[in-house]
Amino acid sequence: MTQSSPAPGVIATAEAVRRGERSAEHVTTEHLARAASLRGLNALLHVDEERALQAARRVDARRAEGKTLGRLAGVPVVLKDNLCVTGVPTTCASRILEGYRPPYDADCVERLVAEDAVILAKANMDEFAMGSSNENSAFGPVKNPWDPSRAPGGSSGGSAAATAASIGAVALGTDTGGSVRQPGAFCGVVAIKPTYGRLSRYGVIAFASSLDQVGTMTRSVRDGARVLGVLAGHDRRDATSATEPVPDYEAACELPVKGTRVGVMRAALDQVEDPDVRASFAAAEASLRDAGCDVVDIELPHAHHGVSVYYLVATAEASSNLARFDGMRFGLRVAGEDLLSTYERTRAQGFGPEVQRRIMLGTYALSSGYYDAFYIKAQKVRTLMIKDYQQAFERCDAVLSPTAPTPAFGLGEKTGDPLAMYLADIFTLPPSLAGLPAMHVPVGLGSTSGLPVGVQITTPAFTEGRMLQLGSALEARSGYVCAPPGMDVGGAS
Amino acid sequence: MARAYETVIGLEVHAQLRTETKLFCGCATAYGAPPNTQVCPVCLGLPGALPVPNAHAMELAAIAGLALGCDVRSESRFDRKNYFYPDLSKGYQISQFEHPLNLGGQLTFAVGDAEKTVRLTRIHVEEDAAKNLHGAGGGTATVVDFNRGGTPLIEIVSEPDLRSAAEAEAYLRKLRDILMFMGVNDGNLEEGSFRCDANVSVRPAGQEEFGTRTEIKNINSFKFVRQAIEYEASRQVSVIEGGGRVVQETRGWNDVTGKTVSQRSKEDAHDYRYFPDPDLPPTVFSQERIDELRRTAPKLPEQLRAEWTAQWGLTAYDAEVLTGHPAIARYFVAVAEALDAGGKEPRAEAGKRAANFIQAEVLRDVKTSGLDATFSVPVAGVADLLGRVQAGSLTGKQGKQVFAEMASSGEGAEAVITRLGVQAPISDTGALEADIRAIIAANPAQHEQYKAGKTKVLGFFVGQIMRATKGAADPATVNELLERLLQE
Repeated sequence: MTQSSPAPGVIATAEAVRRGERSAEHVTTEHLARAASLRGLNALLHVDEERALQAARRVDARRAEGKTLGRLAGVPVVLKDNLCVTGVPTTCASRILEGYRPPYDADCVERLVAEDAVILAKANMDEFAMGSSNENSAFGPVKNPWDPSRAPGGSSGGSAAATAASIGAVALGTDTGGSVRQPGAFCGVVAIKPTYGRLSRYGVIAFASSLDQVGTMTRSVRDGARVLGVLAGHDRRDATSATEPVPDYEAACELPVKGTRVGVMRAALDQVEDPDVRASFAAAEASLRDAGCDVVDIELPHAHHGVSVYYLVATAEASSNLARFDGMRFGLRVAGEDLLSTYERTRAQGFGPEVQRRIMLGTYALSSGYYDAFYIKAQKVRTLMIKDYQQAFERCDAVLSPTAPTPAFGLGEKTGDPLAMYLADIFTLPPSLAGLPAMHVPVGLGSTSGLPVGVQITTPAFTEGRMLQLGSALEARSGYVCAPPGMDVGGAS
Repeated sequence: MARAYETVIGLEVHAQLRTETKLFCGCATAYGAPPNTQVCPVCLGLPGALPVPNAHAMELAAIAGLALGCDVRSESRFDRKNYFYPDLSKGYQISQFEHPLNLGGQLTFAVGDAEKTVRLTRIHVEEDAAKNLHGAGGGTATVVDFNRGGTPLIEIVSEPDLRSAAEAEAYLRKLRDILMFMGVNDGNLEEGSFRCDANVSVRPAGQEEFGTRTEIKNINSFKFVRQAIEYEASRQVSVIEGGGRVVQETRGWNDVTGKTVSQRSKEDAHDYRYFPDPDLPPTVFSQERIDELRRTAPKLPEQLRAEWTAQWGLTAYDAEVLTGHPAIARYFVAVAEALDAGGKEPRAEAGKRAANFIQAEVLRDVKTSGLDATFSVPVAGVADLLGRVQAGSLTGKQGKQVFAEMASSGEGAEAVITRLGVQAPISDTGALEADIRAIIAANPAQHEQYKAGKTKVLGFFVGQIMRATKGAADPATVNELLERLLQE
């Protein structure tokens, strides 16, 4: 396999455009061409070339006027298709939203545009962000750039693939139970899920409101830090949005990690069977020790309930959040003889099987007679999981774990067994349920699979800086370069 | 009917909170705007939109709780009530279920000569649904106006303590009165900002346990509440007397037929699948904030009445009349304060004069609509006028004349007095005495009659003098002088 070179990332692009070495229009044209040539990946659902070029030209015009450009000047961004952009088709990869164009921008979109980023395209995803392989899209699965026979992970599979293949310098995904980190792992890109409340959810089409967070996918930790710095901050339109000050995340990446206590769940690790995942974890642990970190063993006694708790809480919220897709005001309507049959037909035809399965599960979990046994019980265990982390963080500054139990599996390999599929999120679920920041950092290619492998770093709430600091140290020591074979673009710029 | 039955009633009142904007977004709540002009992604439930609680609405709801003796919770929470209907934009209504803002409370009111206290279960906050318009434009289609969707409401739930339609009506009137005085609700039944559901059951007199109840939805007039409860109670009695059983169900009131009609049986009842709304953190009121609201909240009608009888010298009757509407109460206080500020008479005198004048003159043409009231003369105008009367530059009678002119022309007292050439009352006895002597001299026949004991002719002389002085003479002085001079 020949080593390819990725296109310049977020910081390289933004600084080049700010300095006038490259025009935003030129950067955009290149990336649009790349998007076109990689159509086979099915990573994108909507590309509006004219709109992207206009945005890029506006950035160039502002520079020509002598204005100082923003932190993401000319940076091409791919957005998961559950983020609202005024007038741009937004479908959540669902038939039920086909033809829907939101009349407003998500908060994160406003922040990107305010820093002169260029919105390039909307990315394919698992329908309504439900899935771990991106095979639940109504518009077909995304292919993994490292091996088109494999899944890119889900539900932000399109965003991960677009980043790995250098279609965008950054893609935004959303992470409910691991939906940026797990595809980040499958596609070998840096994926950051911030603390719950760190970024506004305004304009993010909800799956499970108490878990959903926008996350970044980039080809380097520092690129992720820059985008996170742009997106983070209070939004008065989201009542769950945090008011904590936003530190300098890029600066945090430069800090030494010596003396940082890294917690490892030894018992859980022993259950990981995949040799590449085991090897990559061992390598990460060794390199952090090497950098002067102290590794301590910790326990999260309730972490193994993560899958059960998640599939009750998330589906309960989803069953309610998706009720607004009723065929009355936007998107698909399949008329019936009366009101009830219109609802039934619209939702039966509009939602795919996985979404229907989860709505049913969540409706059941909330129904009278079962509420206490399922929903309330799950919330109680969730509280115990939060306490587990609080106790663990008395002994360590960060928790290191695998991100996914295996490297990218094959498309179609697990589609017949939803439960097996749900286990792909086993490591990413606990931080989500606890509302903690967590990120995936690639550390190399597996010697058995030849596919990207990496680790997850979890830190206490609102300590993204510390997480990035560790991620940056790991990245520096890994020598990993995100460059799927046959996708060399290094020379094009 | 062989047995006597007792009617048992519990009421759920929906009262719209008087906010400028909706409960979870910045859209206006003004009534009567063209359909769907007061909407945004949030109240339309568009994908990705999020609710943010209206702090003012929560404060008004807490004030309502304080006024009704509730336990105002320092932490309350919003839940989702899930069901499908086109007037519900999100597929769920945001309401409070498990942890409402206000718990308990009670309302005491008069029914005839008796006093009755009804316990409250709770007062919670929720958003209103939109409005389905059936057959709009003459077609068969149903369209939805979302202007009302998301409007803040409180739901005041009573215990089943009411025993007659008359009690229910008295309870509702008193409740509306209090909410209006607290500035929480505009009391406008026609616009639907105060409406109720009635839970009605009957049981043989003396029986402990309740009968099966039915719920009559969305009644929006005091008259209909009374009629609906009376109809429903007698319907239930006939069912039982006929050997049948009352079915637990939701019924609607048809004000054309004067009957309640079945809408939904218990079997089709929704499972609302309530759960805490994950988009909304709990609402927190500190004890300090609750205390502050208690201190600064407007006063209740009975508090005002107690204060007015003690401080402003009002009779219980006066106080009752002047607390008939919050705007009238404010008007009275403002006028009394203005007179009192003159400092020329005891506080009770000022209050009494203001009260008398307002009841006799001002209330004649006050128009109220909800919380709004229009007065033909503003507070400052009346205060100015009554000040002049107090100062003696107008007689009481002149004051009334000038007021009538102010009310119809919109002019101030000064302008009216100048325009009409109203003369200041003559209380200079020297000048009056001369006038009176002249009039007595000019009417010897009447003078003789008076001397012969026909005291009725006194009125004739008063009239003559008033005419001569163009009404400017002080009647008391005139009487006094006349009686003396006629005796001479």
